[in-house]
Amino acid sequence: MARKLQPINAGSMADIAFLLLIFFLVTTTMDVDTGLMRLLPPMPEKNQKKTNDKIKERNVFVVLINKDNELLVEGKRMDIHQLRQAARDFIANPENRDDLPEKEWKDIPFFGHVFVTKNPVISLQNDRGTSYGTYIKVQNELIAAKDELRNELARSKFGMDYDDLDKDKQEAIKKYYPVAISEAEPKNVGGGK
Amino acid sequence: MKSKFRPNEEERTVGQINTASLPDIIFMLLFFFMVTTVMREVDLKVNIHVPEATEAKKLEKKSLVSFIYVGKPLPRFQKMFGTEPRIQLNDQFRTVGDIQDFIAQEKDQLNEADRNKLTVSMKVDENTKMGIVTDIKQALRRANALKISYSSIKTNKIE
Repeated sequence: MARKLQPINAGSMADIAFLLLIFFLVTTTMDVDTGLMRLLPPMPEKNQKKTNDKIKERNVFVVLINKDNELLVEGKRMDIHQLRQAARDFIANPENRDDLPEKEWKDIPFFGHVFVTKNPVISLQNDRGTSYGTYIKVQNELIAAKDELRNELARSKFGMDYDDLDKDKQEAIKKYYPVAISEAEPKNVGGGK
Repeated sequence: MKSKFRPNEEERTVGQINTASLPDIIFMLLFFFMVTTVMREVDLKVNIHVPEATEAKKLEKKSLVSFIYVGKPLPRFQKMFGTEPRIQLNDQFRTVGDIQDFIAQEKDQLNEADRNKLTVSMKVDENTKMGIVTDIKQALRRANALKISYSSIKTNKIE
């Protein structure tokens, strides 16, 4: 005798799925973490000799932040809104000024023989009393100056943003604007505790 | 005589809505949330409002990221831990001295090949003083965890 197949009652299926859904809603988060990526310098080894190859003063862009969150850039007080432009001038040195970084002729793939700045270094120093918010704002301005220059070059040369280029082209642009942002060994700037 | 257009009593009741596809819809929602979200890692015990930045970049590979939280303890912990900014690692309040052990632990959980790719994301409240952040940075350098990320919210324009 052939038995008739009864349909399975699936009415509670929705409830079960709802329970699972609510469980996942509660235990998970959706936020993606974003942040400013930086690379710390490795700790100097104890018996390492102090290297004597001093970087010329004109090749270093010194940014100090004191405990009252005021900026001293290259020995002058500066408002944070001017920092980006100042950093851009420093990195590119378009007018080949004497007080900005040295320039040299270099062969770079895709660009050929070009006249670019020679290893400019941005040195960022802060006090223990500086607020973290200000510190990040300054970091952001410095990174922005670097990224803007690289993006502009990428767009005029390749018609694309720097981040969308392939590795070889990114390397070439990095050689065109070689910027190092250094977070110096901690010292006290401007009398925090 | 009954009207042609007026159905009798039993015919007027509304038929049941067919809910057979409801589970499918809910399952679809469920899968959407399973794919787009991540498990919550820790309960925050400190109050953190991270700063904003225009150049913030997305952190790739969640499994290679460890978090350090710094901020004022939440009100219910203030009796024990005070109101000065404190460091939270995993689920506990810790001091700068514990960071090296913490990094060693985190590195142990990774593959041999991935150990150098460990990124430390610092979630620091914007009103914290740099003193404690500098101490953490020095501890990270000693622990040889050099890739760091200052966690910040991406915005298009600051003020």
